[in-house]
Amino acid sequence: MIPLEWYLGLSALLFCIGIFGVLSRRNAIGILMGIELMLNAANINLVAFARFLDPTVLTGHVFAVFVMTVAAAEAAVGLAIIIAAYRNVAHINVDKISVMKW
Amino acid sequence: MQITMQQFAFCAVALLVLGSAVMVVTLKNIFHSLLFLALSFLGVAGVYLLLSADFLAAVQVLIYIGAIVVLMMFALMLTHRVMSTKLSQTLGQWWVTSLPVALGILTILIRVFVVYPWRVEAPPGAAPTTGIIGQALLTKYVLPFELASIVLLVAMVGAIVLAKEDKFDDSA
Repeated sequence: MIPLEWYLGLSALLFCIGIFGVLSRRNAIGILMGIELMLNAANINLVAFARFLDPTVLTGHVFAVFVMTVAAAEAAVGLAIIIAAYRNVAHINVDKISVMKW
Repeated sequence: MQITMQQFAFCAVALLVLGSAVMVVTLKNIFHSLLFLALSFLGVAGVYLLLSADFLAAVQVLIYIGAIVVLMMFALMLTHRVMSTKLSQTLGQWWVTSLPVALGILTILIRVFVVYPWRVEAPPGAAPTTGIIGQALLTKYVLPFELASIVLLVAMVGAIVLAKEDKFDDSA
């Protein structure tokens, strides 16, 4: 049987790779990719805890379904914002979009 | 022997997930990193299968690979100028800021789950999880379920309004 720590380690590594992607990308779509990696890491944690601590009620699975819902909504709205920003400034580099800064 | 087979499968899937995730955050061509993101999502679906979460594995493939990656691909195609590899895709001093933050959080997380004594033995799981999840969604979690549908509706309307051309602003 695979111990719980392996899943937690995998999810911690994936989360930190996602954080690195969010902080180091300058393309806004790259930042969204990092956020999706972080959400996946959280989902792995939820499902692993549901498997090991709560295998009949599966509350963690229900939470993971909600996380996926919110991730889909976030991707749709985020990409719409990115396309609107691209229409206005003709690029999506987040270090150069500073029209709201004064 | 079957136990070691399971652990071997976990190691292979974890290598797939982590390797393609590293490619996602480091590759120069953002379109290639999007394809590696799809591969990483597929690996996460494999992790769900190892955790005997069959419904979530199917949903992972459907929603993440089928919807989110395709949506990001559309957005990349619409902003095609950033796809060229000549543009730098990362911020300048990423090793000063991003790497220490990521490694610090990783250290904290690993310290937490190494120190805490988890109950390691896994009880036998319920193999078909779809019915249990559906029952939980429509009885105990019916209010969050309805709220999630409202969130999806609002996100759909918001995405349409945000991505719409500006020239109809006066009539709308």
